[in-house]
Amino acid sequence: MLSILRTLWVTFRHSFNRKVTVLYPEKKRRLPPRWRGRIVLTRDPDGEERCVACHLCSAVCPVSCIALQAGVDEKGRRKPDFFRINFSRCIYCGLCEEACPTFAIQLTPDYEMAEYDRANLVYEKEDLLISGTGKYPGYNFYRVSGLEISGKGKGEAENERPPVDVRSLLP
Amino acid sequence: MSGLVIALVVIVGVLFGALLFAAGIIWVERRVLGVFQERYGPNRAGPFGVLQVVADMLKIFTKENWIAPFADKAIFVIAPAIIMICTLASFAIIPMAPAILVSDLDIGLLYFLAMSSFAVYSVALAGWASNSKYSLLGSIRAVGQMVSYEVFMGLSLMGVVLQAGSFSMRDIVEAQRGLWFVVPQFVGFVVFFIAGLAETRRIPFDLPEAESELVAGYHTEYSGFKFAMFYIGEYVGITLISMMVVTLFFGGWQGPVLPPLVWFLLKTLAFIGLFILIRAALPRPRYDQLLTFGWKLMLPLALLNLAVTGAVVLAVGR
Repeated sequence: MLSILRTLWVTFRHSFNRKVTVLYPEKKRRLPPRWRGRIVLTRDPDGEERCVACHLCSAVCPVSCIALQAGVDEKGRRKPDFFRINFSRCIYCGLCEEACPTFAIQLTPDYEMAEYDRANLVYEKEDLLISGTGKYPGYNFYRVSGLEISGKGKGEAENERPPVDVRSLLP
Repeated sequence: MSGLVIALVVIVGVLFGALLFAAGIIWVERRVLGVFQERYGPNRAGPFGVLQVVADMLKIFTKENWIAPFADKAIFVIAPAIIMICTLASFAIIPMAPAILVSDLDIGLLYFLAMSSFAVYSVALAGWASNSKYSLLGSIRAVGQMVSYEVFMGLSLMGVVLQAGSFSMRDIVEAQRGLWFVVPQFVGFVVFFIAGLAETRRIPFDLPEAESELVAGYHTEYSGFKFAMFYIGEYVGITLISMMVVTLFFGGWQGPVLPPLVWFLLKTLAFIGLFILIRAALPRPRYDQLLTFGWKLMLPLALLNLAVTGAVVLAVGR
């Protein structure tokens, strides 16, 4: 009997504690920068698309919500012809971000993506592309890779020596 | 003629007042429960969320009025009406203020006990007519619980009757002018309050509708308007028991400065708050514990209280 009264008293005391509820639309929680929210495609510091259309994100996606087609532009850079993410399927696991070799696809701390129409949840490349570099400001894939594109020949990348003439090594 | 008009106004006022009060309590309960659990509760619809009840009611009334094909149709429909009629009819004998009293019955208290006994039919018939195992189990529990707790509910009030010398509610309130009956009849108050909790099938005595084991107990098969009757009926019942506690043990409308009706409603709200606090704090006992508690502890306590009160009244006089 006494324990019941004590229970009542303890419960009553809780009414003076601060409420744990965050009144969402008015107050928003500060999200950590690594929060896994809306997916974006970033650009390198020169403003070119980072995505090289390697299909790794699409392959690793457990719910197969990423679709893209590879192409090559006039400079010789690989680019996706289209890049489509179906956010009604996406589970925000972040595996695509981990798989991406060029830091192109990144998850951002934005979760307010509700739509009245399901078709509006399919984001095309122009919806996904942002103008900035996202979480990796200095990185430019073509500047550090040995791949030859117009304006940058073999051996001209950072920390890269000029290509060796393999025939001159012959004895 | 004017007497008839006044009587009609009082009847309609009490009826709709009780219903509105009960509807308001649904909101109050959800907010206060939120306070105890360190959250807000419904605060969106209207100022402080008061229109939440209106929204809920609109939603529940626009639902399909479905009757299970395997149910006993006539009884299935009548059962929820019984609980509403019984609990609302009980308000007739509650004196909310010297002038606001529908009927000053000589046997007011007995009438209240009779009406609360009638409510058992509602849950028994609802469970039986639903023709489903969870409903039947729920209603068996409800009947067992309500019948056994009714025994000492009546007995716990006899001490009050002995002291007041009348079954009339108005006389009982008038008899508390000097000292509220909660002081000499404290045991009676505790026993009556526990029995009242059981009669309204509130936590911790909500075994008839124990959702973790019986889905929703006797109203498992109910939906829409008929479910709303059970739902509102529960809150009308809480209001009724709180008002009875106030009338019988806490001096009814009596109190300084403020008008009688305000005093009455304030005291009632305090007990409704206690109902909600108990809901927030206490777990549900096992069914055998419930019956053991009723028959082996509460009933002897009520009888002892009655005997001692009778002896004192016989020896000292009222």
